[in-house]
Amino acid sequence: MTASTTARTRRRRGAGIAIAVLVAAFAWMVFGGLDKNVVFFLTPAELAAKGNDGYEVPVRLGGQVKPGTIKWDDRTRDLRFAVTDGSGEILVHSTGAPPQMFRDGMGVVVEGKYGRDGVFRSSSLMVKHSNEYRAPKAGERPQDMYKTLMQGGKT
Amino acid sequence: MTAPTAAPSIPATGRWPWFGAFALLSLIGAQALGLLTSPADRDMGHLQKIMYVHVPAAWMTFVAFFVVLVASLRYLMTREERHDLLAASAAEVGAVLNGLTLALGMIWGRPTWGVWWTWDARLTSTLVLFLIFVGYLALRGFVDERDRRAQWSAAVGILGAINVPIVYMSVKWWRTLHQLQSSPSTVDPVYVLSLRANAFAVLFVTIYFIRRRYEAACIARVAEWRREAFALGGTSGQ
Repeated sequence: MTASTTARTRRRRGAGIAIAVLVAAFAWMVFGGLDKNVVFFLTPAELAAKGNDGYEVPVRLGGQVKPGTIKWDDRTRDLRFAVTDGSGEILVHSTGAPPQMFRDGMGVVVEGKYGRDGVFRSSSLMVKHSNEYRAPKAGERPQDMYKTLMQGGKT
Repeated sequence: MTAPTAAPSIPATGRWPWFGAFALLSLIGAQALGLLTSPADRDMGHLQKIMYVHVPAAWMTFVAFFVVLVASLRYLMTREERHDLLAASAAEVGAVLNGLTLALGMIWGRPTWGVWWTWDARLTSTLVLFLIFVGYLALRGFVDERDRRAQWSAAVGILGAINVPIVYMSVKWWRTLHQLQSSPSTVDPVYVLSLRANAFAVLFVTIYFIRRRYEAACIARVAEWRREAFALGGTSGQ
């Protein structure tokens, strides 16, 4: 009788600890234990705001390809374009063919180093797709698709 | 430890094969709907159709691991073996769906992003979730003693399931390469219908697999119980 009561008490305590751990973990997550500053990339304005610390260090830069700035040389495989987030703008120099969805107004993330000459030298170029899925319609501007692009991670 | 005095019971298969046939047919129907009625996306073309498996697989990964969470908690509260076996079955199915989510995401990411993989918060947290539940299944294989296996598994299952909301919220909490959750306002209705149909179809398939794996787990457990009973020199197991 006492043995079964002890077993039941121990069982309850085990479940109680499990539930306490769960509640504590969720509370920690919800009330800001997680670092909101973990960002996959910096925006042009954020990189520029770092000043001297932003130069010549490996960093990821993300934003939209500013329409009309793409210069692609087929023979030298040399690619130049500007990345913008609406407020800031940084020139990017990259080599090699970009992903097939690269175009004006598309979201991109480039890995590389920001030079003191104001040009970001990219070693890797990724296209950031938005969460929009649209059937093509006549006369629709593809640029309108990326309005939700920069939303993630904004505090 | 000694084997329990009574053999665990094996649940009846009943009409579940019929439900399995229904789940398979609904999956075929939903996939056909998606492949035949969806126009090419204006950016991705037909690559968009990966969404009809990748997204439902991701959602049902969350559902399966939620079942692991509930069953593990119930095991710790009641110490009834069936909850432990249900948690193990849901973990198996969830791990497969999680792996499928990762694989299809990579196949979609290579032509869309330009890379197979990158260490952003969404991709990394999804991989961690996968590894935790692969570890959970490995742990079950390593521990021979029933009570310890069930207790340790419940602890790992609960800790693993805590990661589900982190994976889901990762695109909102951190700035990632992976896009935010889509909603009907960001997806054309023609795609939403097919996505919903496929989500339900994959839900049915998930329920079916968890159920049948649970039956299999009970059969395997009875076999284990008989071996133990025989080794202990008891009756040859009824």
